Amino acid sequence: MLNAVEISNLTVKYPDVTALDDISFTIKQGDFLGIIGPNGAGKSTLFDSMLGLNTNYDGTIKFFDQDIKESKTYHKEIGYVPQKPEFENNFPATVSEVVRMGLRKKSDDNKVDEILQQLWIHELRHRRIGELSGGQLQRVFIAKALVNDPKILILDEPITGVDQQSIDLFFSILKELNSKQGITIIWSSHDLDAVNKLANHVACLNRTLFFHGESEKFFSDDKLVKQYSEASMQEHMHHH
Amino acid sequence: MSFEILTYAFMHRALIAGTAIAILCSVMGLFLVLRRYSLFGDALAHSSFGGIALGLFAGIYPLWTAYGVSIVSALLITKIKEKYNISGDASIAVLLSSGIAVGLVIISFSGGFSLDIFSFLFGSILLVSVDDTVAIVALTGVILMIILLLYRQILYSTFNEKQAKVSGVQVDKINYLIIILAGVTVVTAVQLVGVLLISALFVIPNVTAIMYGRGFKQTMIISITIAVSSVIAGILISYVFDITPAGTIVLFAIGVLAVTMGIKSAGLLSKN
Repeated sequence: MLNAVEISNLTVKYPDVTALDDISFTIKQGDFLGIIGPNGAGKSTLFDSMLGLNTNYDGTIKFFDQDIKESKTYHKEIGYVPQKPEFENNFPATVSEVVRMGLRKKSDDNKVDEILQQLWIHELRHRRIGELSGGQLQRVFIAKALVNDPKILILDEPITGVDQQSIDLFFSILKELNSKQGITIIWSSHDLDAVNKLANHVACLNRTLFFHGESEKFFSDDKLVKQYSEASMQEHMHHH
Repeated sequence: MSFEILTYAFMHRALIAGTAIAILCSVMGLFLVLRRYSLFGDALAHSSFGGIALGLFAGIYPLWTAYGVSIVSALLITKIKEKYNISGDASIAVLLSSGIAVGLVIISFSGGFSLDIFSFLFGSILLVSVDDTVAIVALTGVILMIILLLYRQILYSTFNEKQAKVSGVQVDKINYLIIILAGVTVVTAVQLVGVLLISALFVIPNVTAIMYGRGFKQTMIISITIAVSSVIAGILISYVFDITPAGTIVLFAIGVLAVTMGIKSAGLLSKN
């Protein structure tokens, strides 16, 4: 099957630290990849590089065989859901206006209604964006990411500050997008249990690529999980 | 009050030019306010004062030099902000005072204040000529057309630059475009309310409209309505009572803001 993403020898150096050191892995079309790693492991740097926000790297990143440094159209294949949707709380835009911002072709107007219905937020479409709960907001941003029918959905730790019911709904939406619509999902998360439940592949990042492969392999290997947990725990202690 | 004033040709010109400027300023202003650039219009207006003085001194039509200086300053302020990592408000303060300082020095070279300078400082909408009116309406049309064509990209990059960039919007180009359009808008609007009150037209109708808690398009329509009513009411009231139009326009807009705040405090509007 076609490679959706191919990352080769990706290295990102900041003045005082090497954020990513010689990372290589591929993501097949239709994969559901969970990217895990402690804080400061380079997940954001990896995403920024994949999304074209950081162009200062060595190595190559390809989406569907196109090098993103040479392609001007690769954005079209990607939908991105940010970690925390940052906007002015009183920004005067309704849910449907925000989703429509993502829409490239005006002619696809029905698509907005369709996607709002699919994500259970159609009744919120005239509500102002600042009035929504965390879970509702998350679905609005997923809708915005999906409105152009992307082949790849990239989600950056998107479940912080969202209630359990919304998290469950979010998981079932992701599962459906991946299994029924065949969308390749790349999801960075701290939640090992959730990654174990949802993803079929895992990439474990800690500046270098610590592990990449089927999630069953990762989660059935106690030693790997333990090593990962220790690394995150150290990070956690370090932060306190 | 008689309706006689509505038969004067200068009043027609003032109302037409004033309405065009009101629409232009409220649309541009909404993007500036949401980008946290509320004082940007003020800074550009002050720097255009330097341009106006330059034009009067050199014997060039002052609005042309003002357009030039305003656009150059707009680009300069953006570059300085990026390159030297100066905060937005500080770089605006620098630009604002430089414009006035340059203007004052040039004026003192040319032998002190003239009537022309006063009309640019405080506006002169009742003196606007046929040519000016045509130019104002045409510029308003062009700028609104550009905004309409790039509506999604401008709105998206105002909402969230990073996400807009990821979606392939050329955010840097859009930012420069907005800044240049703001520069042109400011100088166009100087004729209505003058250098000193310009940011009122950018900010007050929009701050008021945002309080009504609606979507983007509705907010824009509310803001345009407030701006146009303030300008028309301001021009007519000021004529009847023989007071300054610029001050009256701005006070009227502030009145609408105060009433809106009152309604909001009474809990009649949504919390956002």
